[in-house]
Amino acid sequence: MDNQYFVDSGNLSAEALERKHRLENDPSCRKNHMEYLPGMEEIKSDIREKVISQMNEYSPEKYTAKDVRTALEHDTCSIEDFKALLSPAAAPFLEQMAERARLETGKHFGNTVYVFTPLYIANYCENYCVYCGFNCYNHIKRMKLSMEQIEHEMKIIADSGMEEILILTGESRSQSDVKYIGEACKLARKYFRMVGLEIYPVNTDEYRYLHECGADYVTVFQETYDAEKYETLHLLGHKRVWPYRFDAQERALLGGMRGVAFSALLGLSDFRKDALASALHVYYLQRKYPYAEMSLSCPRLRPILNNDSINPHDVGEKQLCQIICAYRIFLPYVGITVSSRESAEFRNGIVKIAATKVSAGVSTGIGDHESKYSGKESGDAEGDEQFEICDSRSLDRMYKDISEEGLQPVLNDYLYV
Amino acid sequence: MDDKLIIGGHEFNSRFILGSGKYSLNLIEAAVRDAGAEIITLAVRRANTKEKENILDFIPEGVTLLPNTSGARNAEEAVRIARLARELGCGNFVKVEIMRDAKYLLPDNAETIRATEILAGEGFVVMPYMYPDLNAARDLVNAGAATIMPLAAPIGSNKGLATKEFIQILIDEIDLPIIVDAGIGKPSQACEAMEMGAAAIMANTALATAGNLPLMAAAFRQAVEAGRKAYLSGLGRVLARGSSASDPLTGFLRD
Repeated sequence: MDNQYFVDSGNLSAEALERKHRLENDPSCRKNHMEYLPGMEEIKSDIREKVISQMNEYSPEKYTAKDVRTALEHDTCSIEDFKALLSPAAAPFLEQMAERARLETGKHFGNTVYVFTPLYIANYCENYCVYCGFNCYNHIKRMKLSMEQIEHEMKIIADSGMEEILILTGESRSQSDVKYIGEACKLARKYFRMVGLEIYPVNTDEYRYLHECGADYVTVFQETYDAEKYETLHLLGHKRVWPYRFDAQERALLGGMRGVAFSALLGLSDFRKDALASALHVYYLQRKYPYAEMSLSCPRLRPILNNDSINPHDVGEKQLCQIICAYRIFLPYVGITVSSRESAEFRNGIVKIAATKVSAGVSTGIGDHESKYSGKESGDAEGDEQFEICDSRSLDRMYKDISEEGLQPVLNDYLYV
Repeated sequence: MDDKLIIGGHEFNSRFILGSGKYSLNLIEAAVRDAGAEIITLAVRRANTKEKENILDFIPEGVTLLPNTSGARNAEEAVRIARLARELGCGNFVKVEIMRDAKYLLPDNAETIRATEILAGEGFVVMPYMYPDLNAARDLVNAGAATIMPLAAPIGSNKGLATKEFIQILIDEIDLPIIVDAGIGKPSQACEAMEMGAAAIMANTALATAGNLPLMAAAFRQAVEAGRKAYLSGLGRVLARGSSASDPLTGFLRD
């Protein structure tokens, strides 16, 4: 399946193209993905070992319908129960799982659904992640917003009524350094009640600095917890260092952030194992940092029709729903975010069962909120998008749709204290 | 019969305190009306918004606001949130909630005592949410609390009076109103707590997760009233503690 991702841009020099092909075809020329690069902080933690040993032991095929029934009968869901709920044997129990998940969601969140929007401020990237539109070999329009441009974007978003923002960058330390991101956070605090970050992993002292600048929530996607698979997909750059990425949430908490978010990109590897590892990453960190707020996102590689033979890891809507219900039953207290990669129909349905947070008014491009929100032409001053979204609803529309489902949209439930 | 609930010198006829954070804003008015509630809690963090729909705008006139400090992890944060509530125009009542645990949301009694002392000193009517521990309750009384709000079970669990024996001890030993908060899942549990002598009941999730919220609000109102009347009437022997022998145990006494 690996080669489905490799795309050669016609704009690469012969030399660059040759290096790209060497990275793709000759594993021995890639850096060791388990080895920290200079400047990367290494914290002492036993979380990784706990998560990965559970994941390695997990054989989804060994669970039976009886195991699933037992899991659903238990008041509290054990790790073993969770493994059963993620297994193929649980597929026929999807409706029962959804009922249980809805009950648990109601206990902890009532009927509230949080709404936020992402803001991409730069799309420069120094990594070669073969499945990503921002990867450094991809010929896209790169852009980094100035502080004036960022403020302009924030004003437009804030005027739409949004109160929570998630600031994103491509993963380039040189183009979007920590200072630059910190300044963006300071601006964001002027316009928003809650500021989250989804940027390249940094060290504890840098998280502390960003926290002081106004960020309070850090999202890092591990992409896949299968380190060997990760190695074949992240061929170049600091993102290639898998364990540094794994410990990012813990460093963020040590740096004073209130909350952290996790995810695997489901479909890159065995999605059941990745879902297990994502949830256990939350579970074990929560035991170590019980005061921290945690949430899970559930992005998936969208399957191509008749793609079974190319990618046996495809995650269909039913499987995604099964994973989300299993997350909710195992971790009833965590937030679950479902992004605009999913359709409006899927998001409308899943917020009634388990999801507690959705994005609205989304653009994954750079500097294009004005043209997207108001239709005003911005000419050339926009950077290309990371991926195409599926649910393009505006805040107003999302607010109305959530309300019509009998749920209460919430734009802010947050205080900096 | 004049049976007022008195909190910090304020008198209330209703003994049912309503939560507001887990259901649709447009149901708040009906819930307050059908529950007969005179006090409604709200999270300051929800009210701290420029949102087109601010929860404060949905609370009927004449209802006493009880802002809570949810989100606070220690006494200092709770104090800051309480002060913000006052700035937002939420009045002088504050429900102190301090959690160092995002999973069960269990209160931290030691920090709660510290926050209560500071806020009572600043003139707040402090209603601390606590884990039912007699020593902590006594400390809260000394710190200036207006009521004690022990949990019946973890928030949102709808498990009922899991801490019944310990709440009974607080009712028996503490002179302030004991308001049972968190975990009450159905009217019968609210009624039971009132029969025990609780001064009031606070509920949110039980209503929010009901099929018909206003109807459940009405059911809670009746259950709380029934339990209160049963308590005031002096419970009969069926429910009295221990058993009574048919022949008097002291019948042998001759003078």
